[in-house]
Amino acid sequence: MATVTYDHVTKRFDTVVAVNDFNLEIPDKEFLVLVGPSGCGKSTALRLLAGLEEITEGKVYIGDRLVNNVAAKDRDIAMVFQSYALYPHMSVYDNMAFGLTLRKMPREDIRQRVDEAAQILGIEELLKRKPRQLSGGQRQRVALGRAIVRDPAVFLLDEPLSNLDAKLRVQTRAELSKLHQRLGTTFIYVTHDQVEAMTMATRIAVMKDGVLQQVGTPQELYDRPGNVFVAGFIGSPAMNFFQATLKGEGEETHLDMEGFRVPVPASRVSDLFSYRGKEVIFGIRPENICDPECQPAGTNAAPVTAMVDVTEVMGSEVFLHLVADGKPFLARVDPRTSARPGQEIRVEFDMARMYVFDAETEQAVSRGEKR
Amino acid sequence: MARRNPSTAAVAARSPLTVALQTGRRLAARVPLHLALIGLMVLWSIPTIALLVSSFREATAIASSGWWNAIKEPLDITVDNYQRVLEKQGMARAFFNSIIITVPSTVLVILVAAWAAYAFAWMKFPARNLLFLLMVALLVVPVQMTLIPVLRLYTNLTIDAELPILGGRIFGTSSFVGMWVAHTAYGLPFAIYLLRNFFGSLPRDLFESAYLDGASDLGVFFRIVLPLSMPAISALAIFQFLWVWNDLLVALILLGDPDLAPMTLKISNLVSSFGTNYQVLTSAAFISMALPLVIFFALQRYFVQGILAGAVKG
Repeated sequence: MATVTYDHVTKRFDTVVAVNDFNLEIPDKEFLVLVGPSGCGKSTALRLLAGLEEITEGKVYIGDRLVNNVAAKDRDIAMVFQSYALYPHMSVYDNMAFGLTLRKMPREDIRQRVDEAAQILGIEELLKRKPRQLSGGQRQRVALGRAIVRDPAVFLLDEPLSNLDAKLRVQTRAELSKLHQRLGTTFIYVTHDQVEAMTMATRIAVMKDGVLQQVGTPQELYDRPGNVFVAGFIGSPAMNFFQATLKGEGEETHLDMEGFRVPVPASRVSDLFSYRGKEVIFGIRPENICDPECQPAGTNAAPVTAMVDVTEVMGSEVFLHLVADGKPFLARVDPRTSARPGQEIRVEFDMARMYVFDAETEQAVSRGEKR
Repeated sequence: MARRNPSTAAVAARSPLTVALQTGRRLAARVPLHLALIGLMVLWSIPTIALLVSSFREATAIASSGWWNAIKEPLDITVDNYQRVLEKQGMARAFFNSIIITVPSTVLVILVAAWAAYAFAWMKFPARNLLFLLMVALLVVPVQMTLIPVLRLYTNLTIDAELPILGGRIFGTSSFVGMWVAHTAYGLPFAIYLLRNFFGSLPRDLFESAYLDGASDLGVFFRIVLPLSMPAISALAIFQFLWVWNDLLVALILLGDPDLAPMTLKISNLVSSFGTNYQVLTSAAFISMALPLVIFFALQRYFVQGILAGAVKG
């Protein structure tokens, strides 16, 4: 059980800065997910904590202990690798017992711990097998089991679900959440998949190019993204962005997209006061664009006429790829929609859920209320 | 009543036949391959079998008829040749010498090369790649070029002492230790090269996982690297064993004392003195083949064992 603190941590590989001035405090028992596109430094951040990479600058604490110069094996952490990294020449039992054997734990205690972990994971009957005799999902469990028996202060998981098929991934996601509740240990989980981040995390930390972008609960990040990158990364399908100019005054305030315009709701006008006449980035999520024939957008609806380019039927909903005045965007609408490719239709933007970002800094200027 | 659809019936009737035909065709395609393999095997085995059979025949029989006549009734075989070569020609001692030279030379190479290869593959130290490159460059140096410098060095470094079995010297020419050092040195570049490449191909995650589990570099080496590298190490062991066992050149130059001569040296001397009655040579040659065969059969299963399967997602 422990908190983890990154204090101004930087990691350079020769000239490349993999992690740049990273600050993060992770409370005890939290399930923190580090998420970002590949190459954003999330895995490096995890490996710095594990002690597999040396820290160039800054400090890392586990609990109250500064661990910069503590060897990986003495940091009281366990890690699950994307490749599972099972020892191929050892049985499942020996794989799980390996760390405990090296720590000279009595044989009986090892047996008890391994059996317990195997029971939690439902792999009791696999203990005598070799890794090559296991399926991907079973190997993944063994890798988890190897971490569990160590009873570490912090669990590190580096994309542990990437090698599983889609169905198993969904199932394992829920099991990992359950495991976290049961063990009551700090989990730090690295993934590039925002769905995994949203579904499992207590808090999410979004990274890009080695820089921490925003930290918050999944709902916070969805509702109130701090910048264009987070807004585009969290939520699926991704948010639509338009280059726009803020025009008009008072109730006439609107966003002009060169071709079509949408009014700014009265409650948001004050946010945008200093941007009058300037370029901004206007964002709206696909789920906040409706087909008024089956589901009107509410009091702040802004009608927009668009051509239907492609329709993607998902069953419970339909994704419409639309083009309005040469600007493509995506709407996620009710499956009863009558829109067909090639048609011109009228959709409504729910302007109460609009986002506006500074065109230069890409920081959020106006976003939804805190829920 | 509905009529039975004729085409469905035809398909149902045809399918087992089609399957059988396909299997047949597949087998037929393999026949030439198998024939070629069997042909090669026979071709390669005949000289060895001829040698083995001849070594059990009387001198007169060898001189008067082909080796295949030995198999007819009654079997005219004898162990005289073996007796003669082992007792009178000192082949027993030579066999023993060969073992004394070969086994340590093989074990030493594996030990040293495995350590070096692990360092080259997984430990960080300055000029690692340069050193490795130099090591690999040594592969192209011909043994013959080194013989004279090594011989001169050995003559200068000769250390005399009475030792049981091992002869009159600790080091230098005509000493077993000298032979071990020479053979180890000659074997190392290739051994390090082979093992480094094998170690380097082991997944990094395994090492990191073991470090996190609390293993030291030594622990990783003994508990992870060595067990996983058995295929490479046994391949190396077979190569090195055969090289040293079959070596004539190094022994000829560095071993002056006839009491220490390995079998290769002994047999080559037999050729000059017994060139005409080669029944003695056949048995001597077969004795020198026997141990390599045993070694090969003992280790060959490691060659084919895909021990790495299942390490990482495959």
